[in-house]
Amino acid sequence: MIGIEHYLVVSSILFVMGVLGIFLNRKNVIIILMAIELILLAVNINLVAFSVFLGDLTGQIFAMFVLTVAAGEAAIGLAILVIYFRGRGTIAVDDVNRMKG
Amino acid sequence: MIQLVSFYIFASIVIASAAMVIFARNPVHSVLWLIVAFFNAAGLMVLIGAEFIAMLLVIVYVGAVAVLFLFVVMMLDIDFAELRAGFVKNVPLGLLLAVVLVAELVLGIGAYQAGAVKLGTPEAGVATLSATVPNIEAIGALLYSKYVFLFETAGLILLVAMVGAIVLTHRRSHGTRGQSISSQVQRRPQDATRIVNQPVGQGIEL
Repeated sequence: MIGIEHYLVVSSILFVMGVLGIFLNRKNVIIILMAIELILLAVNINLVAFSVFLGDLTGQIFAMFVLTVAAGEAAIGLAILVIYFRGRGTIAVDDVNRMKG
Repeated sequence: MIQLVSFYIFASIVIASAAMVIFARNPVHSVLWLIVAFFNAAGLMVLIGAEFIAMLLVIVYVGAVAVLFLFVVMMLDIDFAELRAGFVKNVPLGLLLAVVLVAELVLGIGAYQAGAVKLGTPEAGVATLSATVPNIEAIGALLYSKYVFLFETAGLILLVAMVGAIVLTHRRSHGTRGQSISSQVQRRPQDATRIVNQPVGQGIEL
């Protein structure tokens, strides 16, 4: 029988995949953004699974807001990527030091 | 039985395509694997009766976000081979971190199965699921009543994201002649026109 644990395991594996993607592709911002999308997907699976498990719809409403923020984040992130590429001609992020932070 | 089979199909495809997203050599392939992952995650959500979130996942992620990624990947002329140079160097640290995170999550889930920590008895849920009302109808009733301000805030966030993306990437082109609205509005009739009492038979000086 499929229980909440199955969903938790899937979402935790997905989450770790996202973190691993950030660590492995430290130069390529596009892959990093996609890995962040994977992390947010894992969070959404978790929220929906618990929403159904606890019989409370609020989790699904919250998953919708996570989705909204993920869409906005992707749009802004890709826009920043485009202007960064225009200025530098590359998207390697491991030597970003323009702001001397 | 069919639930078990479909759960394992969806779950294994989600995880396999997530692995392909981060390991694919070509970023275009990564985006396509991301689409596969989102489709199967939507399948996982349909399986437990969250149809609305599943449809939203397909529409928003596959229809909008993945296409945005594809556009950017294909429009920028990037040397991806050079970007993968540090890949092998980062593998040990990345794998170590992944193993640690998986161990932590497995520990948490194992503890939950062994007898979860009791956080007190829940109050009567504000939005209990019911078997008779369809998922989309229930979400709509909740979203437009109790969570209407959050809903509007989400709209505002999307508006800010849209304006921000346009402002960041918009380039003023030099070849075209744009409209200067302020100088148009500032122009007064006495500056622009003159009244001449023109004598008959003489030329006019412009």
